[in-house]
Amino acid sequence: MLKQTEGSHAVAEAVALCRPEVICAYPISPQTHIVEGLGEMVKSGELSPCEFINVESEFAAMSVAIGASAAGARAYTATASQGLLFMAEAVFNASGMGLPIVMTVANRAIGAPINIWNDHTDSMSQRDCGWIQLFAETNQEALDLHIQAFRLAEELSVPVMVCMDGFILTHAYERVDMPTQAQVDAYLPPFEPRQVLDPQEPVSMGAMVGPEAFTEVRYLAHVKQMQALDLIPAWAAEFREAFGRDSGGLIHAYRTEDADTIVVALGSVLGTIKDTVDALRDKGHRFGVLGITCFRPWPTAAIRQALGNAKKVVVLEKAFGVGLGGIVSANVRTSSGSPESVYTVIAGLGGRPITRDSLARIFLEVEAGTAPALTFLDLNRAVVDRALARERATRRSGPIAEALVRDVGLVTAQLR
Amino acid sequence: MSFQPVKFYQTGTFTVGNRLLPDNERSVQSTDRRHNSLNSGHRACQGCGEALGARYAIDAAMEATSGQLIAANATGCLEVFSTPYPETSWQIPWVHSLFGNTAAVATGIAAAMRVKGRADVRVVAQGGDGGTTDIGFGCLSGMFERNDDVLYICYDNGGYMNTGVQRSSATPPAARTATTMAVGPTPGNPFGQGKDLPAIAMAHNIPYVATATVSELRDLEAKVRRAMEFRGARYLHILVPCPLGWGHDSALTIRMARLAHESGIFPVFEAENGEVTGVSKIRRQVPVEEYLKPQKRYAHLFSPKPRADVIGRIQEAADKNIRKYGLLDTQGA
Repeated sequence: MLKQTEGSHAVAEAVALCRPEVICAYPISPQTHIVEGLGEMVKSGELSPCEFINVESEFAAMSVAIGASAAGARAYTATASQGLLFMAEAVFNASGMGLPIVMTVANRAIGAPINIWNDHTDSMSQRDCGWIQLFAETNQEALDLHIQAFRLAEELSVPVMVCMDGFILTHAYERVDMPTQAQVDAYLPPFEPRQVLDPQEPVSMGAMVGPEAFTEVRYLAHVKQMQALDLIPAWAAEFREAFGRDSGGLIHAYRTEDADTIVVALGSVLGTIKDTVDALRDKGHRFGVLGITCFRPWPTAAIRQALGNAKKVVVLEKAFGVGLGGIVSANVRTSSGSPESVYTVIAGLGGRPITRDSLARIFLEVEAGTAPALTFLDLNRAVVDRALARERATRRSGPIAEALVRDVGLVTAQLR
Repeated sequence: MSFQPVKFYQTGTFTVGNRLLPDNERSVQSTDRRHNSLNSGHRACQGCGEALGARYAIDAAMEATSGQLIAANATGCLEVFSTPYPETSWQIPWVHSLFGNTAAVATGIAAAMRVKGRADVRVVAQGGDGGTTDIGFGCLSGMFERNDDVLYICYDNGGYMNTGVQRSSATPPAARTATTMAVGPTPGNPFGQGKDLPAIAMAHNIPYVATATVSELRDLEAKVRRAMEFRGARYLHILVPCPLGWGHDSALTIRMARLAHESGIFPVFEAENGEVTGVSKIRRQVPVEEYLKPQKRYAHLFSPKPRADVIGRIQEAADKNIRKYGLLDTQGA
């Protein structure tokens, strides 16, 4: 059914259609509307049977999900930013135990300095945690990915993180096509756990494993993710059959066939990039766009094929490895015929707008060969230099971020 | 032919032999109903109080729930010595997740049982004092506050014994640990710190809170049975002497627990809905020296220079417990 709704509410409805049995909720922007929506459905009896538990921290949220999942219940939670870091130990534990929990991450920056706006630092910090990580481009894809995520998680006994851009998607009212309960029931079978705490068949879970088998347990997790590389496109195809639209899969290629330069990115910024590339195409520049939906497992073969004969690759990312540079681009280089032709553009940190003008400028610089290997889009280098000068001049130069913000001046003066 | 005398009673104690009791009051451990939930063959130290406490507590819980029990376990001695995979001593469904999240994991299990219409399956969470009073405290308080249907059992041996005897917030004053060294003018753990977790649990107004020791095992079983009669959050704090960390002879584990009770150092009581409903009386109060002296963690109080001042402060704390909980049997023995 077509409806105009907020991204968070669309996800809440889609999760409810997946018949979750235990939902753990802890408030953190910008995911809060999702669990609020689900909580209302549970409290009103619309979503039943389901236990909605208001926990005291994200660490407890993931831990309650671990207990529920180990006891055979379909478990769901949502978080963002600091919340994801606060639960990090339990995030690794859930995947280490192979518990098929599904979690939404409404992507947001990590402090300090504290910042509630969107970027991808939270999810990227957990890229090696053993969860499957899917990134939604639109609200429609966000809700569709959740339906696919439960099926994928439970088939492989691996947890799945559905990442959607905080505010840009979670708080945007858009038209979405909400599937029916019958459609979801036909696509997503009931949860049949591979391991379960059951008094009739007592097992020990979470025991200590020494050097004699630890490598094999970890390698098995890797094998599961490699299996996901086959399942994800197959089930995206099934999804298209059942629901009548393309959602999910490993990657989305756009005008890449004859492209000289391909822009790689994750999430909602792909829309802006496609608009930019369309405009550049109109002027005769042969650009293409590659959206990565499945970041973990890393779809090496699909990306290598999609990058094909492109002479240059620009990776636009909303997070970066301090002291290194691009995180996604480091992954892309492993799947590129010529790693030296992969350029990194860091953009949108802490919610900074990514404009078509800025994108077109840097894309053309890459095409012309004048761009550096690593660019911070729209960086105000002058205020950074002033901060460095201050530190050279004075030992006790004061709180770093605060002085820098003062130098930048009023935000209203920046807006054009 | 060698001759071995058979003893029917323990001597020097007030313990009554099982065979003198009516059937329904006999220890679960002495009957064929016992489940051996924590089976033999585990790797606890000789004289481990925690292994003893866990065996009695979980078997009693199994008995009370007709075998419909799931346990969540914090990281720590109990977890490590019971499951050196591929061996496990647990004959019940058992899960270990992390050090600090056991109460929350148990909440999740209980929620799963409710949603699946299996509310007859009950949940026990268990951990040591580090996993309970320190790193797991947030999750524990959350579980209490929501009144989730979980019995949380803390096996308190007063420190992080599994990692080599470091201080926890349950380490008693003056005790030597690897991080409260017996050096300097105030050797051992400082006074005035630490958490009284049974009191904190009671402050959450949960249905049932109790303390017990491994010297009164039938009392321990009765408290587990009582705890299982309630729905909601329940807390059982069991004092379990640790020969390794306390530095007492491994044959003295039960005596240490008894002396902790009889000196007033560890009050044994139960409370319902935040109010004390019963205490285990002390027949004859023993001076704290009797409890302290066999333990090497207190050796610095006796030599080279006797520290009557420090022992006096410990005695004061014990006397205060006795007054606060009314532990002395004023009727006489």
